[in-house]
Amino acid sequence: MIPEIPALDELSVTLAHYLLVSGAVFGIGVVIALAKRNAVAVLMGVELMLNAVNLTILAFSRFSSAFPAGDAPLAGHAFVVFVLTVAAAEAAVALALAVLVYRRRETVDLDRVNLLRW
Amino acid sequence: MDSPAFLLAFLILSGITVTSALLVFVARNLMHALAFLVLSFLGMAGLFMTLSADFIAIAQILIYAGSISVLMVFAVMLTPLASRDNGNSLYVIPALMGGAGIAGLVSLVAIETDWAEHSGDALKAADFERTVPVIGDLLLGRYVLAFEVASVLLFIALLGAILLVQDRDGGDATGEAQ
Repeated sequence: MIPEIPALDELSVTLAHYLLVSGAVFGIGVVIALAKRNAVAVLMGVELMLNAVNLTILAFSRFSSAFPAGDAPLAGHAFVVFVLTVAAAEAAVALALAVLVYRRRETVDLDRVNLLRW
Repeated sequence: MDSPAFLLAFLILSGITVTSALLVFVARNLMHALAFLVLSFLGMAGLFMTLSADFIAIAQILIYAGSISVLMVFAVMLTPLASRDNGNSLYVIPALMGGAGIAGLVSLVAIETDWAEHSGDALKAADFERTVPVIGDLLLGRYVLAFEVASVLLFIALLGAILLVQDRDGGDATGEAQ
């Protein structure tokens, strides 16, 4: 049992760990966005994907070796602010569209909203 | 970045985030999926805090876990006759393959690449002490054009959302098929 404690000390959280978490969340978001029938559930998948991208940007902003020499050290954070803005706008419009489709068709089941299918 | 407490915090937060993201896919009820989505957002905000991005973490809690989830609750509540079973469509197998492929590719790149990164003391020296003033300077300095465009985008999106769902007939259009 004793050798395990120094092994735990040697472990450190690196950029690759954050990228692994981000890739996993992005993949789950892709699956949800592609596989769900409900329009709101699809939007949940899109939000998960945007969140994973935010995590990637922030991890690179933290770990990038160009950070001390860069002239804009927190540019990644500014990017994430814009991503948050666009995500909020996208959520508002997409949910309004879902409510509109529900009024017209009485469903938000994307498999049944197939008016444009040939 | 290499203390055991930090490692433990990272493991717990990433576990919460990934597990509740998975539960969003697995949950049978749409409202349960929404609750797990909020939990995933909160875990992600904790991960942002471990990256010393305090302002972004607070903004994440306010915007994602606060307003976007409330918007989704409204959207679910405004569609009462729609099914709430969070079911899958016909494309589960291709979706699973695509998602696993993307996640596997990202993981492969993340593991295989030799990232040139700080470690130890150099990383400690690169700790962000004050993020909010620097972000404010960037938003109103270098990225002021993008900032203004983002504000116009938000305004147009909110106007569009109101315009889309407004009741033009002024009557009983709600819940009535046309």
